[in-house]
Amino acid sequence: MDVEIVDGSLHSGAPDGPIETQWDRHRFDMKLVNPANKRKYNVIVVGTGLAGGAAAATLAELGYNVQNFCIQDSPRRAHSVAAQGGINAAKNYPNDGDSVWRLFYDTVKGGDFRARESNVYRLAQCSVNIIDQCVAQGVPFAREYGGHLANRSFGGAQVSRTFYARGQTGQQLLLGAYGSLMRQVDAGRVKMFARREMLDLVVIDGHAKGIICRNLVTGKLERYVADAVVLATGGYSTAYFLSTNAVNSNATAAWRCHKRGAYFANPCFMQIHPTCIPLSGPSQSKLTLMSESLRNDGRIWVPKKKGDARPPADIPEDERDYFLERRYPAFGNLVPRDVASRAAKHACDEGFGVGATGLAVYLDFADAIERVGHENVKQKYGNLFDMYEEITSESPYERPMRIYPAPHYTMGGLWVDYNLQSTIPGLHVIGEANFSDHGANRLGASALMQGLADGYFVIPYTLGNYLAQTTPGEATTDDSAFNEAEANVRGTVDRLLAARGKKTPREFHWELGRLLWDNCGMSRTSDGLKDTGAKIRSLRDEFWENVHVAGSGEELNQHLEYAGRVADYFELGELIAIDAYHREESCGCHLRLDHQSAEGEAVRDDENFSHVAAWEHTGDLSKPRMHREKLEFENVHLAVRNYK
Amino acid sequence: MTDAENTRSYKLRIWRQPDATSSGRLVDYEISEVGADASFLEMLDQLNENLVKKGEQPVAFESDCREGICGACGVCIDGRPHGPVTHLTTCALRMREFKDGETIVVEPFRANAFPVVKDLIVDRGAFDRVIERGGYISVNAGSAPEANMLAIGKDTAESAMDSAACIGCGACVASCPNASASLFVGAKIRQMALLPQGQVERTGRALAMVQQMDAEGFGDCSNHGECEAACPKAISIENIATLRREYLRAAFRS
Repeated sequence: MDVEIVDGSLHSGAPDGPIETQWDRHRFDMKLVNPANKRKYNVIVVGTGLAGGAAAATLAELGYNVQNFCIQDSPRRAHSVAAQGGINAAKNYPNDGDSVWRLFYDTVKGGDFRARESNVYRLAQCSVNIIDQCVAQGVPFAREYGGHLANRSFGGAQVSRTFYARGQTGQQLLLGAYGSLMRQVDAGRVKMFARREMLDLVVIDGHAKGIICRNLVTGKLERYVADAVVLATGGYSTAYFLSTNAVNSNATAAWRCHKRGAYFANPCFMQIHPTCIPLSGPSQSKLTLMSESLRNDGRIWVPKKKGDARPPADIPEDERDYFLERRYPAFGNLVPRDVASRAAKHACDEGFGVGATGLAVYLDFADAIERVGHENVKQKYGNLFDMYEEITSESPYERPMRIYPAPHYTMGGLWVDYNLQSTIPGLHVIGEANFSDHGANRLGASALMQGLADGYFVIPYTLGNYLAQTTPGEATTDDSAFNEAEANVRGTVDRLLAARGKKTPREFHWELGRLLWDNCGMSRTSDGLKDTGAKIRSLRDEFWENVHVAGSGEELNQHLEYAGRVADYFELGELIAIDAYHREESCGCHLRLDHQSAEGEAVRDDENFSHVAAWEHTGDLSKPRMHREKLEFENVHLAVRNYK
Repeated sequence: MTDAENTRSYKLRIWRQPDATSSGRLVDYEISEVGADASFLEMLDQLNENLVKKGEQPVAFESDCREGICGACGVCIDGRPHGPVTHLTTCALRMREFKDGETIVVEPFRANAFPVVKDLIVDRGAFDRVIERGGYISVNAGSAPEANMLAIGKDTAESAMDSAACIGCGACVASCPNASASLFVGAKIRQMALLPQGQVERTGRALAMVQQMDAEGFGDCSNHGECEAACPKAISIENIATLRREYLRAAFRS
């Protein structure tokens, strides 16, 4: 699996000088579009989650004409809606020592030194404005008795900086952005296109100028043209089949952009969330996450005796191993997600796991209930406990929850520079769809922060800088590039429908998911990874020969939609495996078994891997070209993460 | 007992309708080996896999997050929106709630304002258009004051959150004999009316949203209370009382 490696080809474009003033200086240096000229520009925003919804609304507020697309029936259903626990911001309201600098520091360290410092610092700066904006929109954040905003703690931080609205923070923030978006729809500055799936990017003279969508109701392919495209289509955890993502979350839009020339950065950086409800049966379609906030009060343990099948209440205190508290006394149950996930997997691999499958650990609230009372626990976590009980028919008030890690978030994504522009000029990528801010591991409550920072406070400036250097209205849908892109999409659709094989897309997806989970999951080996690409390739060949897709292309056809997404997971899956193979270090969410300390902790290799691996599509899926962006750590010094 | 051992069989009667303009009908299906812990939608997934393998068209239904928060899913199960368990979305409903061998009737949400798109999928765009008319506070990004300048009582914030919890699934409309959207609209109006940020636009909001609600063809509320019972988030009918008060208040002021 030799690949060509190119150094020095990628430039972040972050300004030089002190990091504290970079964004201010950059904002001054960027070009502006005259207020009266903004209405001459058209912008396509794909996605209506926190990043896309906020971007579409804000760009319209500025005066641009926005066309906004989503696959759901309404922009309010984008998967940001499912984020539970909260959003970080460096407000320092609890007076416990927080600052922009500390949030920046925690995020770079939490990401295991694989994020770009300049982007992360800007994110920390924007965090405080986000809370102001959301409160002004009427987001009902939790409050103290005095009427001021409440905070709670999340993993990877020793300060309380997480703002929340019960266990529905993502929903409330999304409804805030959705409200702003609907206001702009009413004002005629955003044209909303629901039930559309972006299936190709149109590039004219090297610049992103439009998209091809499938109208999911009629099946018709539609062309949309603009002066720039903003992609906010989320992550690709669903490639793993079982994940915490929504069943319609997918990688297709980002992947099609990649095939048009956008580099894909760090595809193997995917996050395994430690607190999910374990798998129960073969028909399961997804895994459900329990908010990380539960680790504020829940204690994680397994029996000290292997295969101990006694009910948890019958296992005495001295026969329990609170393994996070034991191994990481300083952070205890609030270690970052990667550390908690690996520790849980380790306990289960060693035979200490609980439940019918042995693939679970306990998350126990008995002490918290005794300490603060049933009512207080209910107030904080009531809806999460209810959700757990609905799924498992067990009450967490009476019996510890069973949890196990699951694919949740992808730190990797399309490569972007400091302006959030991809390697295709005019194509900007925001939110989870880009790679930039979380390195090899995202801290809890930071996804909402990044989505809104990108949408409300970064892209409105940086997109203006791009537009100011273009002439509005240059491209039209008659361009040959539109013909070619539409023919390309039609070819894929026809090919899927023509196969008429014996296996369903779901069966293929399940097999691909197992390959990725086993080989590109929490623990990886170079031996396992060596063959994974080839295995994915042969399964992909079988897919195109033997897939069976029902119905036609000229109608609402969910089966066809799904088949197209699975086809793209097969291509992306191979790139994930190639990227994982070439990252010969343990880092963030993944442990390379050949790179660990005697205590089983991850060992990075800063000398050889302190870089972003951004992959260029060469036309041969098995031979992508790697472009390395070297990461410099001038402000947060490279150190071994220690949560002990 | 593991899920694999504890399986059941069902007779299903499912509404099939090829598109918005064709007529539909109930079609009978049988399904076996359904796990007790499977969700209702996973049971439908399983049915669809079987149908596809037999060369038939799978049943179109809507879902996304499958954890009860996005509001995409929703079908009538034996005549009840989201099925027999109160305050649950369809995706959160588990098959252990149904007896082995039972016949289950599955239909789309029914309302004039929610036309059927295909099979179990309906068009709830009317909800978006009602929100468009004022279900927000008008504040441009960048112009917000420091968040803690505004103290809001814990009880007020919690009460606003009770209303804000609405997921926009439309079960309230589907359960109402008049197909009224009063609970949906009332929840948004109450959230904004309770909060100090919502005061400036309070009058215009109530008038515009109610006007749009009527224009979409939703019926009026006649206090049956079915909506609260069907609501997966247990949004209280008190929100409809607030809607009426807010509308009257606005009508006198405008």
